[in-house]
Amino acid sequence: MRDEFLQNVDWDKMWQATRETLYMTAMSTVFTFVIGLALGILLFLSSPGQIWANRFINMIVGALVNIFRSIPFIILIILLIPFTKLLLGTIRGPEAALPALIIGAAPFYARMVLIALQEIDKGVIEAAKSMGAKTSTIIFKVLLPESMPALISGITVTAIALVGYTAMAGVIGAGGLGTLAFLDGFQRSREDVVWVATILILIIVFILQFIGDFLVSKLDKR
Amino acid sequence: MIHLQNIIKQYGTAKNKIKAVDDVSLSVEKGEIFGVIGYSGAGKSTLIRLLNGLEMPTSGSVKVGGLEISSTKGKQLRMARQKVSMVFQHFNLLWSRTVKDNIAFPLEIAGVKKTEREKRVIELIELVGLKGRENAYPSELSGGQKQRVGIARALANDPEVLLCDEATSALDPETTDSILDLLTGINERLGLTIVLITHEMHVIRKICHRVAVMEDGKVVEMGDVLDVFQSPKAAITKRFLAQVTEPDAAKEAIQHIQENIASGKLVKLVFVGERTEQPVLASVIRKFDIDVNIVQGNISHTQAGPYGTLILQLVGENQMVEQAIDYLHEQHVQTEVINNA
Repeated sequence: MRDEFLQNVDWDKMWQATRETLYMTAMSTVFTFVIGLALGILLFLSSPGQIWANRFINMIVGALVNIFRSIPFIILIILLIPFTKLLLGTIRGPEAALPALIIGAAPFYARMVLIALQEIDKGVIEAAKSMGAKTSTIIFKVLLPESMPALISGITVTAIALVGYTAMAGVIGAGGLGTLAFLDGFQRSREDVVWVATILILIIVFILQFIGDFLVSKLDKR
Repeated sequence: MIHLQNIIKQYGTAKNKIKAVDDVSLSVEKGEIFGVIGYSGAGKSTLIRLLNGLEMPTSGSVKVGGLEISSTKGKQLRMARQKVSMVFQHFNLLWSRTVKDNIAFPLEIAGVKKTEREKRVIELIELVGLKGRENAYPSELSGGQKQRVGIARALANDPEVLLCDEATSALDPETTDSILDLLTGINERLGLTIVLITHEMHVIRKICHRVAVMEDGKVVEMGDVLDVFQSPKAAITKRFLAQVTEPDAAKEAIQHIQENIASGKLVKLVFVGERTEQPVLASVIRKFDIDVNIVQGNISHTQAGPYGTLILQLVGENQMVEQAIDYLHEQHVQTEVINNA
C-alpha cells in the first residue's frame, strides 16, 4: 500500500530539499536577527525623546525599513537578481536566495524590535541613566534583556515567514522543499510529492514555534 | 551640600512656554533630610531631576557637593551620578534580573569586580532587610520589598545624596512607614543627605528636617518642619497641613458643633516641642470658671520633636473665656479662635 501511495517520492531528493530549506531558513534567520536588531535599536534610539534623538536619521532609517517591508517578496527577489549576482557571482542554489531573504525579512523584524523596545518601561531606562550608565550599557544590559521575550517571539514569527519565503525563492532556482513541491510535484502532477513536502514544511514550522514558545516562557520573569 | 541658585526650567517651543521650575533658590545641608511637597504639576519632579542632571536648567546654577551639575557632561556627569542616586515611585527595577542582580547593576556600571560586587550585595540586602529573597524576581515581591530593592540599589555605590522621587506614593500606609523608618535609619547611620519629593504631608512630618512647599514652579514656603507646622503662611501649606491635623471625621464633628451648639467658643490650640508635655489644659480649667469640651485632639512626632493640635469648645461667661484664651497665649500655646457661637 505504502509503496504504491508514495511511489513517486524520491526520499533522497526529499531529504536534500529539506536540508536546503533548513539551511536557508537558519542562515537568513541569523542574519535577519542581527541586522533587524541593529536597525530596530537605531530606530528606537533616534526617535524623539530618546538618547540619540535625531529626526533625520530616524526618518531615513524609517523610510528604508518601510520601503523594503512593503515590496512583495516575489518581486524583491527579481529586483535583487543583479545585486545577488554581483555579491555571489551566481543566482542559483540556496546561498543565492540569502540576500533576498535577509533584505526582505530584516526590515520586517526591525519593526518588531522597535515595538518590543517601545514596550519597555521608560522609568527603567531613566533609572539606568540615573546610575550613570553609558549608552552601550543601556543597550546591552537594559534594552535587550528587558525586551528579550518580545524579541524572541518576534524572531520566531519572522523565521516562520522565512520558511514561506524560501519556498518562493524557488523561482530563482534556490532549491528546497518549495521548489521540489512545485517542479517535481505540481508540474508533473505527482500529488504525493506535494503532500510530503507540505507535511515536512509544517513539521519545520511547528518545531520553530515550539522552540520560540519554550524560550519565551523560560525568559519571561514578569 | 546642594545649592540651587535662581533655577528656571522651561519646556516647550518659543510660542508655548511652560515654566516647570520658576526662579527657585535653595540649599540643603550635608546630612539633612529635605522634603519638597507639592501637588502634581507643581514642578517638584523636574526640580529633583535637576539634581542629578537628568534635566538641565534653562538658567541658574545647580551645585551638588561642589560640582556644578548644570555644566557637567559626558563621563564626568556619569561619574557624578554614581554619588547622587535616585529612588523611584514605581521602583523601576529590571524585571529580568533577580533581587541580587538588580542591586549589583549599579556596581557593574561603576566597574566593581565580581567578587567585591557579591560581597557588597550581601551587605546591602541585609541593610534593607531582604535576607532570604536574594534570588527572587521583582514580580515575586510586594511593593514594599520592591522599594527596598530600589533603596539598596541606590545605596550600592556609597552615594553622598539620595534623591527620593515619591518613593512611598505607590505604597500602603503601613509599608510607607516601614520605608520611611528605613530611610531615617540610613540617614542617621550613614550620614547621607536625602532630598525627597512627595504630596503627602505625613512623609514630611515623619522624617524631614526642613521642607519647601512648591506651587506652580515656585517655592512658596520653606523652613524647619516644626516651624512650618506651627505657623504655616501660604494657603497651600495650610491645605497640606490639614492632611495630618484634621481628619475628615474631625472636620464633620467641628461642623456639627458649629451648627448645633449655641454657646461658647471653638478654639484650636497648637502645641510644639515640650509644650506638648505640660498640663496647660488642666491649669486653664483650675484657674478659670469655664467648661472645656474636647472636640478633637491629636499628637504626632516630627524629626524635631512632638507636635499636637487640640480643638476645644470653651463655654462660660464671655469675659472668662477671653481671659482663658489670653492665658493660653501667655503660655506660648498658639491659640486660634475658629468660631464664635
